Amino acid sequence: MSHAVPNEPVLAVDGLSIGFQTRRGLLPAVRELSFSVRSGEMLAIVGESGCGKSLTALALLGLIPPPGRVTGGTVRLEGRDLLALDEAALRRVRGARIAMIFQEPMTALNPVLTVGEQIMEAILEHEPVSRKAARKRTLALLERVRIPDPERRFAEYPHRLSGGMRQRVMIAMALAGAPAVLVADEPTTALDVTIQAQILSLIDELRREQGTAVVFITHDLGVVSRYVDRVLVMYAGRKVEERDTRDLFADPLHPYTRGLIAAQPRAGAGAAGAVRERLAEIPGTVPALAAMPAGCAFAPRCPLADERCVQAVPPPRRAGSGLVACHHAGETHAL
Amino acid sequence: MLTYLRRSAAQVVFVLLGIALINFFLLHLAPGDAAQVLAGESGAATPEYMEALRRQFGLDQPLYVQFLRYLGNLVTFDLGYSFRQSLPVSELILQRLPATLLLMGTAIGFALVAGCSLGFLAARRAGKLTDTVISIVALLFYATPVFWVGIMLIVVFSVMLDWLPVGGMTSVEANLSGLALVGDVALHLVLPAVTLGLFYLAIYARLMRAAMLEVYGQDFVRTARAKGVRPRRIAWRHVLRNALLPIVTTLGVQLGSILGGAVLVETVFSWPGLGRLAFAALFQRDLNLLLGILFCSSVVVVLVNIAVDLVYTLLDPRIELN
Repeated sequence: MSHAVPNEPVLAVDGLSIGFQTRRGLLPAVRELSFSVRSGEMLAIVGESGCGKSLTALALLGLIPPPGRVTGGTVRLEGRDLLALDEAALRRVRGARIAMIFQEPMTALNPVLTVGEQIMEAILEHEPVSRKAARKRTLALLERVRIPDPERRFAEYPHRLSGGMRQRVMIAMALAGAPAVLVADEPTTALDVTIQAQILSLIDELRREQGTAVVFITHDLGVVSRYVDRVLVMYAGRKVEERDTRDLFADPLHPYTRGLIAAQPRAGAGAAGAVRERLAEIPGTVPALAAMPAGCAFAPRCPLADERCVQAVPPPRRAGSGLVACHHAGETHAL
Repeated sequence: MLTYLRRSAAQVVFVLLGIALINFFLLHLAPGDAAQVLAGESGAATPEYMEALRRQFGLDQPLYVQFLRYLGNLVTFDLGYSFRQSLPVSELILQRLPATLLLMGTAIGFALVAGCSLGFLAARRAGKLTDTVISIVALLFYATPVFWVGIMLIVVFSVMLDWLPVGGMTSVEANLSGLALVGDVALHLVLPAVTLGLFYLAIYARLMRAAMLEVYGQDFVRTARAKGVRPRRIAWRHVLRNALLPIVTTLGVQLGSILGGAVLVETVFSWPGLGRLAFAALFQRDLNLLLGILFCSSVVVVLVNIAVDLVYTLLDPRIELN
């Protein structure tokens, strides 16, 4: 197994473009997206529904459903371009070097197979081990994700487990092959708030202990801010800002990022006695794929937009710890 | 489990009572009775002769008396006497039941195995040539009348190729026993079973294809792919088992209706089964026999549905008895 050199990104995405093939031609959904993650690092990809973040997550495993398809770019996992692999080679990578957990733990598990069988399968499909050895490892994995009484849970069907437990099972399944990269597509969205925190800290703990790189897809900036090292903000299929988490929150450079942060409920903001502060919202909606503006896609909703924004897509520029794609980057302070 | 069986036993009794009631009154709604038919066949009859016939068969009694007497007999499994065949109904039915069960079982077994395999194959090759061919063939089988298929199969395989017998259940001339008899019956069974099964095969093939494709779109299939599970294993382990659920449901419903199809097939292939007996009873207004057959087939249907429920719990752990 090739292990990445320290400080070398374990996953490097470069110029990734994804589109939907329609009768009226190709509709681009993700455009020239680049980012990378190192071992043990957690990167959040944040954006509204439809910004292309889930599609990006699926592309990392080569799982984009038709009519969608990758139209350009590379996805390098431990130096190997996954997009160039054929289906059989890709299958050997999935679940072994890169794994994924999904948003809906209710439907993401097969209802007619026991939890244990489904985790064991992830081991048996990739390694020439006996069923007995796989079972033993599965029990260890269940314990690892803190599922009480693993022996009993092993033989249980998914419908017997709570949402949080199922998500733990999903995590155990994803960890079965000790992957270098874990892609988590909104893994806490369908869960109760208290369970959300448990699942998040479990993922956080696992990446610290095992050095797994985590790509965390979410629409909820607040949920992940405590755990992630870096945040990549997507808008309408493009990266608009990518910064270290602390810098991003301290000094958001893109007007969209600023809007997202302002839209987060703050702790204590609605507490009894305090004046209820109305949550900020970003006016307007994300443009449709078929009606993307020629210039900056955020321009129609942006308070700073001018002639330049309408005409030209802003190129990504260096900005402190990261990148921002805005003609007016930094001027947000004036808002 | 025990509670389930107790409850279904209670249901069976209730359902059978209902069926007995409906059968009885439906048949009585039809104009004419056995006395009229018998009298009609003997050419001419005086009203006195008709009256005597009716008295002899208890047909002059009020309906509810006839029904109560019928119920009382049912409890002791005395299904009455067929005046047309001059034999007790239960004896007639028991004579014919094995042949029909054999035919139905083989036909459904063939339809299930072949239909599900074809549907499975079509779903795995969805949109490709294999899928198109299977879909067209299934549509043809579905649309072709059973009796016509039967006659065509006879023409091709019995008359032209002389591979299989034209009809009947055993070879008349030979006095076979043991394994030779089994082989002989099996040979006679091929054409009627295929004829009866083709229609159901078409249904299962189409249903299986649709069910598989639907399951392929489910989240857990995506999970399996993300785990790196082989496509073949995804099809067999993840998709097939989930896709079998609607098949089992349909099977339960159809086993009831298959006797209707058996009437035609048994007639075309002179198969000595219950279907032909029912057909004859219907035309001869042999009420006792007809009621007996209907009652027996409803018992079979109810039992089959309980069996289907049990199979369901084996396939789907989410469904628990009770």
